Amino acid sequence: MTSAGLRGNLLLGLAALAVASMPLWASAYHMQLASTAMIAAMFALSLQLLVGATGLVSLAHAAFFGLGAYAVHLLKQAMGETPVVFLSLPVSVLAAGLAAALIGPFALRTRGFYFLMTTLAFGQMLFFLFHDTPLGGGTDGVFIQRPSLIWAVPRAQRPTVFLLLNLAVLALTYAGLWALMRTLFGHALLGIRANEHRMRAMGHNVQRLKLLAFVIAGALAGLAGHMAALTDAFVSPELLGWHRSAEALLMILLGGIGALHGPILGAFALTFIQEIGHLVTERQKLVEGAVILAAVLLLRHGLAGIRR
Amino acid sequence: MTGFLAQMLNGIQYGLLLFLISSGLTLIFGVMGVINLAHGSLFMIGAYLAYVLTAAALPLWAALLASVLAGALFGAVLERLLFRHFRKREHLDQVLLTFALILLFEEARAALIDNQFHSVPVPALLDFSVRVVGDFAYSAYRLVVLAVCLLVAALMVLFIERTKIGSAIRAAAESPEMVDLLGLNAAWIHTLVFAAGTALAMLAGALAAPLQSVYPGMGDGFLILSFVVVVIGGLGSVGGAFWAALLVGLIDTLGKAYLPQLAGIAVCGMMALVLLWRPSGLFART
Repeated sequence: MTSAGLRGNLLLGLAALAVASMPLWASAYHMQLASTAMIAAMFALSLQLLVGATGLVSLAHAAFFGLGAYAVHLLKQAMGETPVVFLSLPVSVLAAGLAAALIGPFALRTRGFYFLMTTLAFGQMLFFLFHDTPLGGGTDGVFIQRPSLIWAVPRAQRPTVFLLLNLAVLALTYAGLWALMRTLFGHALLGIRANEHRMRAMGHNVQRLKLLAFVIAGALAGLAGHMAALTDAFVSPELLGWHRSAEALLMILLGGIGALHGPILGAFALTFIQEIGHLVTERQKLVEGAVILAAVLLLRHGLAGIRR
Repeated sequence: MTGFLAQMLNGIQYGLLLFLISSGLTLIFGVMGVINLAHGSLFMIGAYLAYVLTAAALPLWAALLASVLAGALFGAVLERLLFRHFRKREHLDQVLLTFALILLFEEARAALIDNQFHSVPVPALLDFSVRVVGDFAYSAYRLVVLAVCLLVAALMVLFIERTKIGSAIRAAAESPEMVDLLGLNAAWIHTLVFAAGTALAMLAGALAAPLQSVYPGMGDGFLILSFVVVVIGGLGSVGGAFWAALLVGLIDTLGKAYLPQLAGIAVCGMMALVLLWRPSGLFART
């Protein structure tokens, strides 16, 4: 997996500036759309640490995203009052990371197809926990109270504030992963993807490295889930379902599996395509299915690989 | 007590339906090395086929026959057109291809039929209860489903264990290169396995249609449970899938009857235990 070079990062920075300037020229609706794309980008970026870096294709990832979102709701239930964001955010990250640390040791005993199947089953187990029990507020989801920010945000300012918040968290997530991939740990993960046996023969504790990647990725998915709950003020069991994981995999494939910044491109591309599709046809799934077919049949290196 | 007996029989019958679905899944994994997430959608298609045909006043047995024939044909076409070319691709590509198929199948279903819940009536001939022991009576249709599933399972085991093609399939599941080296036609075996797997999934859907309602996304729950069955039974093992399917069917049914909120979790918890104990499946030869 390659990280964007100086020029690539400059381009990403310019794109971030363009998003940051949206309050000056874009409508509230388009700012909300950009927020949706950025949350999807955070989620897909966290999955890229498993898929692109370590070579683990997980279908449980949406469960950690959903858990991060539900943590906001459950925290409010437990406290009896609306938590501040400085409390709800770490709680979401910890809850998702903890779930990943519990599931990881079981799922990582397997590899290949078995890993796909076990992550699918464990992810759906968490989905059923929120779908079938009254724990999270029921099958259809619930409207939740947003965690309070430092100041009270009037309704009219919400799109702007959440746009900038999401941009900041996305930028931090990307920067953090970018730095992580430059450490010895990041290189070891790339080594596992390239040749697991060799890494083991060289004396690396492959199992522990994989688990650490699984937990970090899960925690970051929880962070994305927290931002989704904060932005939408709504959580539902669908957030945890494996279809969401597959959608994130699609963003990774669309953006380019070989590039760290690929998922960001993929998330924006898919949100854009879905929005266009929404204008043209009622059949959302038809659009998404056709995009996936085109991507797996034609676009082998993703959008990030087109220039190569 | 009679309630418990009924739940046990329900569990066995549910497990046998699961076996029809997961035996195809495990063979397709084992022989072709392809992960097919759309397998649950094939089950859904079978159920809708039964709904459409019985609504057109055809008898259910005709719908069952049609689901097998249409399934075999559909599976062969899918294998030749798509899955053949994805055998050597990465897991990510296979996951996304079959996810796309799920979306497209659901859209096709919405466009051709609708998004409503439907019920398929139990055939009038079988719409009565049989007294099994004492005053415990059980639905005749459910007993027939039980018998049909057992018959199909027996035929399949006979076919795989006793015929030449069956031994080629077993060889392919154990070592795909071996089949090529022995000069067997691997391409033909792949088409056969995929067609059979599709036919079995669609047959299961048609059989299940009168037992539950027919609705969008009905294959999703079966897909997850089938995956659990394949994990517990061991990849590519039809015998393992049989016992694992019975186990999962019983636990899921009894769980839903007596601990409704924990049923979904109980099955996955069991899978976690199996993974801890024997990561390559409970029934895999070690």
